[in-house]
Amino acid sequence: MDRSDRPPAVEMRGIVKRFPGVLANDHIHFAVHAGEIHALLGENGAGKSTLMNILSGLYRPDAGEIWICPRGQTQPRRVDIRSPRDAINLGIGMVHQHFMLVPTLTVAENVILGLKDPRFLLRMRHVEEKIKQLSRQYHLQVDPSAYIWQLSVGEQQRVEIIKLLYRGAEVLILDEPTAVLTPQEAEELGRTLRRMAEEGKAIIFITHKLDEVIVFSDRVTVLRAGRNIATLDTARTDKAELARLMVGREVLFRVEKPAGVVCTNGEPPVLEVIQVEALNDRGLPALQGVSLEVCSGEIVGIAGVAGNGQRELAEVVTGLRPVTRGRVLVRGQDLTNQPPLRFIEAGVSHIPGDRLGMGLAGNLPVSDNLVMKAYRREPIANGPFLSRRAVLSFAQKLIQAFQIVTPTASVPVRTLSGGNLQKTILAREITASRDFASDHRRVLVAIHPTRGLDVGATEAVHRTLLEQRAQGAAILLISEDLEELLALADRIAVMYEGCIMGVVDATSANIEQLGLMMAGETHMTKETADRL
Amino acid sequence: MPFSLKLEKRLEESKIIAFLVPLGSLLLALVFGAILLQSVGADPLRTYSAMIEGAFGTPVQWTQGDFYALTETLVKATPLMICGLAVSIAFRMLFWNIGAEGQLVMGGFAAGAVALWLPGMAPWLPHWAFLPLMALAGIVAGAAWGILPGLLKAYVKVNEIITTLMLNYIAILWLQYLYYGPWKDPKGFGFPGTAQFEPFTWLPRLIGRVHWGLVFALLAAIFIWLILSRTRWGYEIRLIGENPVAARYAGINIGRNIVLVMFLSGGLAGLAGMAEVAGISHRLQHGLAVGYGFTAIIVAWLAKLNPWGVVVVAFLLAALLVGGDQIQITMGLPAAMASVLQGAILFFMLGGNILTRYRVRIVRSLPAECTQEG
Repeated sequence: MDRSDRPPAVEMRGIVKRFPGVLANDHIHFAVHAGEIHALLGENGAGKSTLMNILSGLYRPDAGEIWICPRGQTQPRRVDIRSPRDAINLGIGMVHQHFMLVPTLTVAENVILGLKDPRFLLRMRHVEEKIKQLSRQYHLQVDPSAYIWQLSVGEQQRVEIIKLLYRGAEVLILDEPTAVLTPQEAEELGRTLRRMAEEGKAIIFITHKLDEVIVFSDRVTVLRAGRNIATLDTARTDKAELARLMVGREVLFRVEKPAGVVCTNGEPPVLEVIQVEALNDRGLPALQGVSLEVCSGEIVGIAGVAGNGQRELAEVVTGLRPVTRGRVLVRGQDLTNQPPLRFIEAGVSHIPGDRLGMGLAGNLPVSDNLVMKAYRREPIANGPFLSRRAVLSFAQKLIQAFQIVTPTASVPVRTLSGGNLQKTILAREITASRDFASDHRRVLVAIHPTRGLDVGATEAVHRTLLEQRAQGAAILLISEDLEELLALADRIAVMYEGCIMGVVDATSANIEQLGLMMAGETHMTKETADRL
Repeated sequence: MPFSLKLEKRLEESKIIAFLVPLGSLLLALVFGAILLQSVGADPLRTYSAMIEGAFGTPVQWTQGDFYALTETLVKATPLMICGLAVSIAFRMLFWNIGAEGQLVMGGFAAGAVALWLPGMAPWLPHWAFLPLMALAGIVAGAAWGILPGLLKAYVKVNEIITTLMLNYIAILWLQYLYYGPWKDPKGFGFPGTAQFEPFTWLPRLIGRVHWGLVFALLAAIFIWLILSRTRWGYEIRLIGENPVAARYAGINIGRNIVLVMFLSGGLAGLAGMAEVAGISHRLQHGLAVGYGFTAIIVAWLAKLNPWGVVVVAFLLAALLVGGDQIQITMGLPAAMASVLQGAILFFMLGGNILTRYRVRIVRSLPAECTQEG
């Protein structure tokens, strides 16, 4: 593919976007050609999403120009994109991380939602025909008459892509498209992207996963701190170089992990979940007979595609969700359906997946967030009163010990970066479990502890978890990042539709096997199938 | 060139803006009112000065020792302060208590019941014991009226907006039934209302008609401020208000806190009712349910739920009410005009609030077609 004879399909020149206190895009130059898959790589806060939101019309740049050269033309022209509608009229569309679909409408209805044509008479058959044709052309299998709520996350993503194709998009932007997919679904997405590129479309995908860049893309642009650090041909680079460009220093991929304690030294497990059943928020069965044990000094990983009961499991073992059957034991104590406070007092700490939704109160100061579990005890509590001085000194101590970067302890916690939000939670939770549990046998439940964090913050979180493990904590680690689970966990349990499909030893597990289990294949059936 | 207005969320709320916006809103409201007054043939400046004089009095009056206007404003401010504090503590934890009116009425009813019947039932009781007993009765009755929706919300998730609102009407009609019916003063020439209480059950007055209720209000403000900023309970209330999910996660029993806060909220409103009957009317009659509990909601919002803010806003709003009444008398304006002016001021003040959180940006639209490169 010789690109020199044709101007880029989209070229962004000298894009500048300021947010108060942050220069999100600093004179970024970015070009993507028709027929290529272009990865946009960078840590969180590097400016990837801002840049793409500018291209898709959600933000307007403070400076800079956008030039496009539609298919069949040779002269690029300067355009002004003021809204997503402008963008799609110019053939630029974006699939966001959170899908924009109406669950109670069908695929076809969602596809034509917001379109001006047809103006009066709606001929759904026509629309469905066109969707079927598109799905054949790009191997995007989806039933146009199915309702969105019936579809899996992967299928919904296909609908989003079809929506863009239906609108005639020539430039497709995908924001972290694989975050919600199983490895198999991700592979399929890769094939679809390739197919679309072969048809002459320009594909941009935003990611911070290096493996995806290597596997999927033709070229890659690395952003760091709002600047374009490099644009490279993927074939002429490797993970190590990309990581170095992305973070600005060398990165170690393997976490050094000492051998774990085996759960058979006669000591009973610290956390026991026995045949637990529980409902989700909508009252439907979310856990269907889950049994699990976590021992002192052990990390048990829970793998699975989002929405298969992981969140409910975490809430059950922290007392936030009642169980309808089964028992939950902490340190041998039966805490089934006890209030959350009993779990906290038994030494169970919880690093929730939704940091600002559950783990923190965004508008309250950092100090108030740090004492969320310690405020009941001396010296912070003084009878019914709260010692303000003790709150501040406690907060100062934690800010120092965990290297939380904040101007003062009294700024609203929501003003901190993602990594520092997580450090705030870690600091509080680790201190709390240490204070409440009478010995080393405490429980740490961590959900997606590194999601959305950059490499530096991720390292810090991993180090902290391994430290806790070395000190004897029993850790339940729920993550969608299989690499992370393989690196940190001693054993990995895979959840699918509220059941545990199997537990594998982390040293002998591989991604493919885990991926199959995440898609609902049990360990056993595959083996028996092989034998037959 | 075509342009459009766009609201953008302010990332940080600046102190200057927080001060300038209410001031600007007030000015706009006054300009709006002036146009309106002009249109009905009244002189806006004279009307406004009559309002201010009606609410605060004039320096000439003050030097003559006449503080009537100011004290009347304080009389009206008293129940607004106490009820404003009552609803603001409930609002702090996202419990929408719009039942302060009913809680106030029940407090007045209970205090009135003690004043009317206890002297006959327990003649041996010393006179000094009556006021504390009336205050206690008022607090307990108001609290009971507040706890009821609290319990329903905490344990069976009944929407408190409906229950607190409905309980208002039950309380008001119950009181009406009493003073129109069984408790009506037989010597009252047929006027609805109970007999006057014994003088030893009256709250002592400080100046003019200003009574000890004002002291209760200021003490309540200190009390609420102390709870919110200095106690573990206050911390829990703030945490629940900011993020109920995080509060539950931190092991806080939200249901229990709802009930406790509604005890405090209802109790305060009940105390306001006791102060009204024991300090002003000295009987149970029509004037008790005149909407203090509803106006208190506006007080709480304008004060941004800050206890000291409630004290200030309640005073200013009382001045608006008293001053508005005055222009009917001194300027001969229709009663509706005063309400329109009050409404305009509140409308602009509350509406202006959005500008403290958002800023307006003028977006100029460029021609839709792309410009060709030259």
